[in-house]
Amino acid sequence: MTAGGVTTERMPTPRDFEQWEPPPPARQPAWQGWRDRLGRHWLVVFSGLVLLYLFIPIIVTVLFSFNDNLGRFNFTWRGFTIEHWRNACGVPGLCPAMVRSLQVATIATIGATILGSLIAFALVRHRFRGRGPTNLALFLPMATPEIVMGTSLLALFLNLGMTRGFRTIVIGHIMFNISFVVVTVKARLQGQDANLEEAAMDLYADEWTTFRKVTLPLAMPGIIAGALLAFALSFDDFVITNFVSGNTVTFPMFVWGAAQRGIPPQVNVMATLMFAVALTAALVGLLGRRRT
Amino acid sequence: MAATATATPAPDRRADRRRRLVPYLLLAPGIAWLLVFFFVPMFTLFQTSLQEGSIQQGYVLTWRWANYTEALSTFSSQYLRSFFYAAVATVAALLLGYPLAYFIAHRAGRWRNLFLLLVIMPLLVSFLVRTLAWKIILADQGPVVEGLKAVGALPASGRLLATSWAVVAGLMYNYLPFMILPLYASLEKIDPRLIEAAQDLYSSPFTAFRKVTLPLSLPGVVAGTLLMFIPAAGDFVHARFLGTPSQYMIGNVIESRFLVVLDYPTAAALSFVLMATILVLVVTYLRRVDVEQVL
Repeated sequence: MTAGGVTTERMPTPRDFEQWEPPPPARQPAWQGWRDRLGRHWLVVFSGLVLLYLFIPIIVTVLFSFNDNLGRFNFTWRGFTIEHWRNACGVPGLCPAMVRSLQVATIATIGATILGSLIAFALVRHRFRGRGPTNLALFLPMATPEIVMGTSLLALFLNLGMTRGFRTIVIGHIMFNISFVVVTVKARLQGQDANLEEAAMDLYADEWTTFRKVTLPLAMPGIIAGALLAFALSFDDFVITNFVSGNTVTFPMFVWGAAQRGIPPQVNVMATLMFAVALTAALVGLLGRRRT
Repeated sequence: MAATATATPAPDRRADRRRRLVPYLLLAPGIAWLLVFFFVPMFTLFQTSLQEGSIQQGYVLTWRWANYTEALSTFSSQYLRSFFYAAVATVAALLLGYPLAYFIAHRAGRWRNLFLLLVIMPLLVSFLVRTLAWKIILADQGPVVEGLKAVGALPASGRLLATSWAVVAGLMYNYLPFMILPLYASLEKIDPRLIEAAQDLYSSPFTAFRKVTLPLSLPGVVAGTLLMFIPAAGDFVHARFLGTPSQYMIGNVIESRFLVVLDYPTAAALSFVLMATILVLVVTYLRRVDVEQVL
């Protein structure tokens, strides 16, 4: 490659051969190196385009919260305004729906995090009969389409004559979140050294003290991650909520209802706010992990 | 794992028995919740699917299996369309997601976590709102439609909204992160030295990919396709927002039968068939993969 004959037309002199460096051993022919490089750039360009594609709807969502729209329609760009941000609760029902979503997500997160973490502890730290069925029971809710879970809960509530509302939404959200919490907490517990617990017990800590002083603090990042996941999934859940909500309106239910008539830009304002909060939380988590 | 079983010296029998109860006590509340609100409702759904009657007179269980044949023959096109749309969207997402996952796992270096954050960012925007954003993007007279018309890819009267393309594209977009994350997880575990070794042994980059990278990343492919295909097949949001009734999927039928028409037995039968089909697909697909591994 560096033999010199490429750039000049003259005959090679002995000097050229002295300067000649042997190619690295077991190298592919030059054209393959080029193909490699092309392959790498292809990968970079393609990945960039996919990331861009992932971003376009986010940009549109944020942008159209500033759209000076006409009437009930917010589909074409008509100019910049901050009016919708100043008047974020101006659409009747939107802010109460946000509050209701926060309430549902909070309660469902607490419930699912407790139930799921307990299961994760049992699975990772204990031997017991019935592991297989337990794993299956946890796997099935994740492998079942949400619509099936929603309709089956609806069938249950109809048969029991239960009024659908806040309570039934929370029940459903705890149900589908348990498995996700188990998976997240389990991953953390598996990565940690069981010897630490043994050491605590060797130092005459009883089981409860060991759990409180060693196991729980070590598992905490996993539990928090599980709780955040559960909160996000619950806050944004539409499919199951749609079947079990009755007349109770959460934020996704509000959007679904409004979509029939035309989405007010305030919905984009709320979505942008939620996005900002979630992004901040994710960045804090990311930076926190890098520090440790 | 054996910590609790071996650590304490000379355990007496009562403490031993108590210790053996501990895992069951930990499991009990969560598993009970799943039993009552996941497994029992499945059974109720099945029962409902065999009922007969009307919303005015009430529905009674008469073991009417004809509900299934009637529901399936009436809505066979929506049923097949669901699986077709979901399959196309899943394959497309695999083709889009694999290179990106590979890039993040093996070329992004210390920026990996940042790129992963970029991948999950769409999930931080509310699901329905992000679907509605596609309605703006694909709108008639919008930049995408006008652009495609300008290069002749779309006839002058053509539109993207209210077509199968829009519905499939929406499905692909919304579930793409669920495809990329498991792909990344399995690609990241591959030791790059294995790929180098293959190339040192004179395999072309393509052969190295086909014989080393791809087989080793199969668990990710399996997990990603399942995570995407299952929700996509039962979806009813995209067809409603981006399509018309001629793009409706089985989810739309179930939704309207349950919540609008109040024809519970038909809706339950369709829902149950959807569940059964997906379960059969998943089990066939997963036959060789340990459930605990996927978890």
